Amino acid sequence: MTVNAIINGETRQLAPDTTVADVVRSLTRAESGVAVALNDEVVPRTDWVRTVVSPDDRVDVLTAVQGG
Amino acid sequence: MTDTLTGNPRSDTGTADDPLVIAGRSFGSRLIMGTGGAPSLRVLSEALRASGTELTTVAMRRVDPNAEGSVWDVLRENAISPLPNTAGCFTAVDALRTARLGREALETDWVKLEVVADERTLLPDPVETLDAAERLVDDGFTVLAYTNDDPVLARRLEQVGCAAVMPLGAPIGSGMGIRNPHNIELIVEEARVPVILDAGIGTASDAALAMELGCDAVLLATAVTRAQDPVLMAHAMREAVTAGRRARLAGRIPVRRYAHASSPARES
Repeated sequence: MTVNAIINGETRQLAPDTTVADVVRSLTRAESGVAVALNDEVVPRTDWVRTVVSPDDRVDVLTAVQGG
Repeated sequence: MTDTLTGNPRSDTGTADDPLVIAGRSFGSRLIMGTGGAPSLRVLSEALRASGTELTTVAMRRVDPNAEGSVWDVLRENAISPLPNTAGCFTAVDALRTARLGREALETDWVKLEVVADERTLLPDPVETLDAAERLVDDGFTVLAYTNDDPVLARRLEQVGCAAVMPLGAPIGSGMGIRNPHNIELIVEEARVPVILDAGIGTASDAALAMELGCDAVLLATAVTRAQDPVLMAHAMREAVTAGRRARLAGRIPVRRYAHASSPARES
């Protein structure tokens, strides 16, 4: 059974019990300068490893880019 | 302030070397840089170094798995503090969410609040900006608010607790300079928090003028990052901000309608 979730705007099939930390690692090697929103709410870095992605969750992984 | 159109009655106290102080933090440089528009991270890094800046804005966006290097690395290499912005937000709710992500990612509660009304002008939406400022201050942020060159709005932003007000000189990226110097002077006269001229700077004389009008600092990006030689322009901006600050403190001469001899009259 896979879990369908929307990761940075794209639907992806995740293995069961995939955590926010797993999602972050799949997108970037950066260890700092990254933030995560789960259904528009910020997930503090310390909660990434224990936050499991549920079906239909929206996970956004953001970082600093050139701007302003 | 005297009721003359030009001429600074030397109301500013301080010296040219005084630090810029925002919310209790001191900065040796009065030039705050943005990072948008640079041709490469290498050029950006060199330009930031040449500018002497100690505080630089970044935007928050979804990570690109294929990106090589990052602006975050550039700032850390150069020991420059990040100032996450809320660029791309059109409502207070958007701005609050983006600010919280910036705080989490960059480990700072400082934010450049930017809520624009539309893509064509990128002018600040005053209603949403004020609403967002209030919510961000309540949430513990140190808010530097990008605003119109409107003295009343600047006053309201200060009243809700912004740490600095940042009036535009002209629309973002336009390079039109300071379209309403009188309003900038009015904002400066009344503000009890730092006034940072943000947006519209095209070249060094614009940055100098901002400081001559009494602004505490200048924030610019495009004028440097899209210049033909960004590093050279960054250097020019650094000198312009310093020169403008010194001129402001020195107290300029009043503008006269007729000549005023600079040599003594000939003795006969």
